[in-house]
Amino acid sequence: MKNSNIRKLLMDRSIEGKVGATMPSIDVPLQTLPNKKFLRENLAMPEVSENEIVRYFSSISQMNFSIDHNFYPLGSCTMKYNPKLNDDIAGFPGFNEIHPLQNIDTIQGALEIMFDLQNILAEITGMSGTSLAPMAGAEAELAGMLMIRAYHRNREDFKRKKVIIPDSAHGTNPASAVMAGFEVISIPTDTNGNTDLEALKNVVDASTAGLMLTQPSTLGLFDTNILEVVKIINSNGGLIYGDGANLNAILGKVKPGEIGFDLVHSNLHKTFTQPHGGGGPGAGAIMVSDKLIDFLPDPIVTKDKIDKFDLSKPQKSIGKMGAFHGNFGALVRAYSYIRTLGKEGINNISEDAVINANYLRIKLKDTLDLPYDRICSHEVVFSAKTIKEKYGVNALDIAKRLIDYDIHPPTMYFPLIVEEALLVEPTETESKETLDEFIETVKTICEEAKTNPNLLHNAPHNTPNTRLNEALAARNPKLNWRNTIEEAN
Amino acid sequence: MPGAKKIMVNEYQSTYSPNTPKIKKQMLSDIGVDSYKNLFSDIPEKYRFPELNLPAPTSELDLKNELSKIANKNSTPGDYSSFLGAGAYRHFIPSVVKQITSRSEFMTSYTPYQPEVSQGTLQAHFEFQSMVCELTDMEVANAGMYDGATSAAEAVLMACRVNKKLKVEIVGTVSPLYTDVITTLTQATGIEISYNNIETILQNNNDEAPACYVIQQPNFLGEISDLDQLKLLSNKNNALLIVISEPMFLSMYQTPSYYNADIVVAEGQPFGVSLAYGGPYAGLFACKKDYIRQLPGRIVGETIDSKNKKGYVLTLQTREQHIKRERATSNICTSVGLIALMSTVYMALQGKKGLKYLSELCYHKSHYAAAKINNLPGFELQTNNFFKEFAISCPIPVKEVNEYLHENKIIGGYDISNFIKNGMLLAITEMNSKEEIDNLITLLSQVKPL
Amino acid sequence: MYPENLKYSEEHEWLLENNGIATIGITSFAVESLGDIVFIELPQTGTEITQFSTFGEVESVKAASEIYSPISGKIIEINEKLETEPELLNNSPYEDGWLIKVEISDNSEFKKLMTAKEYESFVNAGS
Repeated sequence: MKNSNIRKLLMDRSIEGKVGATMPSIDVPLQTLPNKKFLRENLAMPEVSENEIVRYFSSISQMNFSIDHNFYPLGSCTMKYNPKLNDDIAGFPGFNEIHPLQNIDTIQGALEIMFDLQNILAEITGMSGTSLAPMAGAEAELAGMLMIRAYHRNREDFKRKKVIIPDSAHGTNPASAVMAGFEVISIPTDTNGNTDLEALKNVVDASTAGLMLTQPSTLGLFDTNILEVVKIINSNGGLIYGDGANLNAILGKVKPGEIGFDLVHSNLHKTFTQPHGGGGPGAGAIMVSDKLIDFLPDPIVTKDKIDKFDLSKPQKSIGKMGAFHGNFGALVRAYSYIRTLGKEGINNISEDAVINANYLRIKLKDTLDLPYDRICSHEVVFSAKTIKEKYGVNALDIAKRLIDYDIHPPTMYFPLIVEEALLVEPTETESKETLDEFIETVKTICEEAKTNPNLLHNAPHNTPNTRLNEALAARNPKLNWRNTIEEAN
Repeated sequence: MPGAKKIMVNEYQSTYSPNTPKIKKQMLSDIGVDSYKNLFSDIPEKYRFPELNLPAPTSELDLKNELSKIANKNSTPGDYSSFLGAGAYRHFIPSVVKQITSRSEFMTSYTPYQPEVSQGTLQAHFEFQSMVCELTDMEVANAGMYDGATSAAEAVLMACRVNKKLKVEIVGTVSPLYTDVITTLTQATGIEISYNNIETILQNNNDEAPACYVIQQPNFLGEISDLDQLKLLSNKNNALLIVISEPMFLSMYQTPSYYNADIVVAEGQPFGVSLAYGGPYAGLFACKKDYIRQLPGRIVGETIDSKNKKGYVLTLQTREQHIKRERATSNICTSVGLIALMSTVYMALQGKKGLKYLSELCYHKSHYAAAKINNLPGFELQTNNFFKEFAISCPIPVKEVNEYLHENKIIGGYDISNFIKNGMLLAITEMNSKEEIDNLITLLSQVKPL
Repeated sequence: MYPENLKYSEEHEWLLENNGIATIGITSFAVESLGDIVFIELPQTGTEITQFSTFGEVESVKAASEIYSPISGKIIEINEKLETEPELLNNSPYEDGWLIKVEISDNSEFKKLMTAKEYESFVNAGS
């Protein structure tokens, strides 16, 4: 961006008297305003004209890397193509402009979509009931953990205070379990990347409320011990929670409910697409087996004998997850996506995602370390350990150098149990041509690591900012206009 | 059309997955397997490849036709006049908001974990945090929560961490939509919630101080609380004062900092976000800087790069679940970036003058309507000091009133019969023309007890 | 490579004893593995702490780690400079970057700590 002004904040662009929006006329007689002491004296908002605002936001947007721009293999985040059709449908006035507290008779169309989506998600996951109330994956996890708690308490079993979580799990798992009042017991992953069964047996007892398991795991591996795991937990009276963050890897290939999961959530914004919008919003549906249906979050959509839809509160519900009924706009997009693809297309997702990831695994296994050398699912974890030892170039350097080649870096340093991890998730929406380009680029970069490591240490080179000083930001937080840095030039 | 099916190809090819069967075959051979099925051999055989009972694929044209019919089953504000609020409000959204937030650079980027290629999102978040700080007149704000109600619940959890106490007092009439969520999110934490009115609390000096007091300003029924009383409340004990507010109200009225609030939360939806049947919205979350390390959610901070150029990064990340795991301040991960951007662009467009003007416009319209309704026989205004939303009591049950209004193309107010007998909560914004308001009043005047 | 006059714990804290008062900090090994330190949370003076239990937290940009006390006793002083200059821990872990001073309550606890040499082999063994 040549416009050197681009970093100037709105407040610094403000000039008294400028307006950015037209004002509707006052068509009622003026009323007496409240006493001055009730009113605020000043509202320090910027005064900028409409064109300047458009140009400002358009300009800064161009500093972003986006999925519409190029390959975004950010492991565990499922950055796949976001179909435009879904946005159009969510924008239909009949969906986009209805009020959440309208009378039930006046929003039957909205409820019909939700009802259908509930059933589809239950079918895909092999579960009996769905609530679309949670507004993100982590909120669904919390809902699930609260349901496990409510389930045990309802059986008057108050001893179950522990939840077991493998060390490869997303950080949201332990954080959600703690919010639901549980103590977290972390167990290791075995050398093949599966749940360590011995470790599991050692910690399971009558105080075990349940297990949270991401399947396939964050290592991109389907846990081959799964049936054993289920048996160990079930025989001790615990429940099994499936983190569905990686559901795209198994759509139509296995139903979690059938192998013994009691609950599973879906990050609808990942598996069933939603423009990620710089980190959100999302939606997190929670699906459960028969024995947990009564505990589902409020509301669920029900249908009566005359095909009238209603919002219902399950009998022993853990309660409301948000002011209204979930992120409806995201639900419509997920629904539109699923209906577009249908049975054949949904089946294709997992097939194509897994082929793409394994293709990268095979093609790059001699370039980077492959800590788990086995068939992977939708993503593959590499390690830059050898390169680091040999040339002093780490995973971060490789990731940053990819930016110079106009490719978004993979997830770095996660899962935490893999040293110098680079977690690559190509997704099913990438062509072989794109993958080949990525493979060549990674090889080139690893060659550069040998010949010119500084090129990597100082990367990226052509971005609006070079590497940013995160320590400075955290030591002396400057979080708004009132407190900013004088640029040192 | 007979024979139309013949134009379908036999093998399904998704428009979203670009690799054709021929290409995939080659890739599989490079991988070293015969069939994609071999790639799923880790799944126990008994459960592998289940039957998926889903409808067939649908074309874009067919799906748009089908779903637009379903959408049209809903009664849509716009086709109807609407006076419904109670936490979600219909305000005008300038065209620029949609245009900017539809830019794929904003829309299809992820969480800004790689700051060098995310300065657009990060700078926009910084603008958002700054504007939320101005609006609430607080020292710091995060980049947004799921919605206003979860913001309120997280504020309660945060106050309990700050004060290391498990007692919370909800003061006066706080929206049940919010207290329900606070109840859900605190149910397993050992936090004890009590409900009291402000007079009782100010008189009572015996009980142990709670972690926080939670008030809503204006309250659920639209009533604006007395500022001197709130000052007394904020000075009482060492409890934090959490204020749930509303952005259009904050644009016009005395800010919570005036009565020394510690945490201010609000539903951001009224600022540039469509109603969309309740979400996605964005919860605003601001507080005093003393509590910064207990804040939930994402925070963007300013810093410099290796060439001394100003830039932005996600900061104070050790609070968050991806680092502190079970010791994190919250489990929140997915944020509301795009929705926060809508509000950011909205505030930039309306600016200093626009927000003042619009809030006053809402004030004039709602007070015009309230006075007229209060003059109708059988109707009575139930809120004394209000901004854009107020409660009335009707001569007959609200359900019946609303049915009558709906027949006449009006979506009436929210039924608050469990607070006030035959009570209705009406919200009036710049979207309600005088003609609409007069029509509502005419129709209400026709409502009489049998 | 680790100062000889200090005692060490397996949680990578060091201790300097002087007239019944222990000065406590974290080792250069711990500091290096954390990276740029951005925040240190310490208890108030007067707090009683016990050997091998946590008394504070140290945070870098992308990691947070609890600090365990190498000894039991009462905190009589904390390093207040760290509040505004957390980087002291990176620059001078054994001197300016000390964390707390403790009135030692049980001298017998020393035998559970390591010498510099022992600590070095402990670290090299890949803790």
